[in-house]
Amino acid sequence: MTTARRLAAANIGFAVAAFGIAAGMALMQAVSRANLELPWRSPQMYYLSVTAHGVLMALVFTTFFIMGLGVVFTTHALDRPLRWPRLAWASFWVALVGTLAALWAIFWGKATVLYTFYPPMQAHPAFYLGLTLLVVGSWIWSAVIIATYRAWRAEHRETPAPLAVFGMLATIVVWLISTVGVAAEMLLQLIPWSLGWTKTVDPLLARMLFWYFGHPLVYFWLLPAYVVWYTVLPKVSGGKLFSDPLGRMVFALFILLSTPVGFHHQFMDPGISSGWKLLHTFNTLGIIFPSFVTAFTVVASLEIAGRSRGATGWFDWLGKLPWGDPLVSSVLLSMLLFAVGGFGGAINASYGMNSMIHNTAWVQGHFHLTVGSAVALTFMGTAYWLVPKLVRRELELSLLAKVQPYLWFAGMLLFSISNHITGLMGMPRRIYDPSYQGSAIAEAWGGLTGLSALGGLFLFISSAFFLLVMLGTVLAGRPTADTTVAFAEPLEGQPAKRILFDRLGLWIVAAIVLVLIAYAYPLAQHLQMPRFGSPGFRPF
Amino acid sequence: MHIDLYERFWMWSAGAICAAFFGTIVYGLVSEGTRPPSHVETIDPTAVWSDPRFAQPGVTANPDGSVTVTAVALMFAFQPNEIRVPAGKPVTFRLTSPDVVHGFEIVGTNANTMVIPGYVAQFTTTFATPGEYLMVCHEYCGLGHHAMMGKLIVEEAL
Repeated sequence: MTTARRLAAANIGFAVAAFGIAAGMALMQAVSRANLELPWRSPQMYYLSVTAHGVLMALVFTTFFIMGLGVVFTTHALDRPLRWPRLAWASFWVALVGTLAALWAIFWGKATVLYTFYPPMQAHPAFYLGLTLLVVGSWIWSAVIIATYRAWRAEHRETPAPLAVFGMLATIVVWLISTVGVAAEMLLQLIPWSLGWTKTVDPLLARMLFWYFGHPLVYFWLLPAYVVWYTVLPKVSGGKLFSDPLGRMVFALFILLSTPVGFHHQFMDPGISSGWKLLHTFNTLGIIFPSFVTAFTVVASLEIAGRSRGATGWFDWLGKLPWGDPLVSSVLLSMLLFAVGGFGGAINASYGMNSMIHNTAWVQGHFHLTVGSAVALTFMGTAYWLVPKLVRRELELSLLAKVQPYLWFAGMLLFSISNHITGLMGMPRRIYDPSYQGSAIAEAWGGLTGLSALGGLFLFISSAFFLLVMLGTVLAGRPTADTTVAFAEPLEGQPAKRILFDRLGLWIVAAIVLVLIAYAYPLAQHLQMPRFGSPGFRPF
Repeated sequence: MHIDLYERFWMWSAGAICAAFFGTIVYGLVSEGTRPPSHVETIDPTAVWSDPRFAQPGVTANPDGSVTVTAVALMFAFQPNEIRVPAGKPVTFRLTSPDVVHGFEIVGTNANTMVIPGYVAQFTTTFATPGEYLMVCHEYCGLGHHAMMGKLIVEEAL
């Protein structure tokens, strides 16, 4: 188990470092958006930092954290060491080298293409190669987790996988299906093109391949957070998991529906017919369903926790929850923010209505509630719970850890509400200077961009608290021998036999069929059209 | 598989909400024809200025009273950067890019599309209220992105 513990610590340690750098970038952007002068403020700096923030938060922090979490959940829930420990370490190093290459390109100003890297804007090849290696590292990690699970499965033919492992396997399935898209974009289009081996690329094909990957990417982030909500949160708050089988249903539905939805990011794109966009809309609205079910199961599990702590009324169980525990408060607050973000997401997904908010500040308001809160805040709370067990030291500066989730919540409300409103007023996202040469229309956004910057400041202070607690724990925490990672018991006891939702193979086949229906025909149609490629541009 | 009665109720309600969301979309599509801009037409991005479809960007009045706006989005301007259209008449925008991906948004309206090199974006909308509107690029297109803007003037129809 030592390998697993050290490997998880390395992954989560690097994830936290990436988070720290990205948080610094974010403050600068929020201030620039409010048009406040900073001594080093320049368009180069702003767009470079948007790129760095997106890559570090969305791709680096999440992937490394999830790799660490997957190692811990699998080895503890199955109570066995990792299969192929050397390969497991290779996954970390490959991903690390790739990340460093991409960061070199970004920080040396050779890849200011944002984390979506739409061609024909062209980055340095190290950016594309590095991100590809990050994905390859995650594939090796996936193979190690699957091999560990299969070794366990060979000895336990009839036992359902523990829910924590089932959820991680669902995450991996979603990831393996979806990364095919971005791998194709990188290997067939962007890498040869950036190396000068090919002259042009088709920008729309690249966008189709990117968003084939880009939306399931959000479920790759979200599902490990859900695993924490289902299996860790009830345990730490003193309750039981309300429904184990419905948890399995939720993860199975995510396997099924995560990928055939990507066109909802391309509603405003020319070149894709509206009928296919409608099919993807249908699937997208379907994928809201498992999150609704999650809301019920998790809240019911919390009610059990409150009642076991002595609550008797209708709502007093809420007050009985351990709101001072940083894992519990982080997750509860992240769920509240996610509820708002979820409904905003349904609006984004609503086909023609998307034209009111597409590429406006609304969008950054939205995804800071989802990935920036449901995922990031849950991961921070998880780090408070897990890192002490990994480094065998007690949580240091625990007062800061208690305050930090609330500060994040307040900052995110300010940031997100103001950006939703300026978005509805038409302010584009990702602009260095929102004044538009003193346009009266743009002037109306002014006060709200200030509120958003204030929210950014709160979030930055919250991030700093988180980093201080992490550093303090690793460097100065009191040694402890407590390394127990325990998961919540289902209310009705551990399931005795496997049910339909446990049949991963079946769900994978069904998911692939659905992906083929949603993508094979439009892609084939696209490739048959007379198309013109674009040469590369580097306007940065 | 045992499912608690309340949770069953919740799941049916959630299913109904998802169905209602989709229902409103289908209703808008059938009754109003509300759909995202999804025009399929390609163009050589290296020859936009010599292509007869975009050689002379500007506003053309059609015999039925509607107008067609042909515009090019480029780093870091719209060509033309001032567009005059009549209020209350259908306006069809046709846009393309000779360089990177751009966005096109008329602030405060539902006029919104991606402009992708190699493709012609096209959509039709109607501006009810006369006045001056801000036209911006909403997709990062380089260091001058935030300066990429123009003016749309909606004139009282004669």
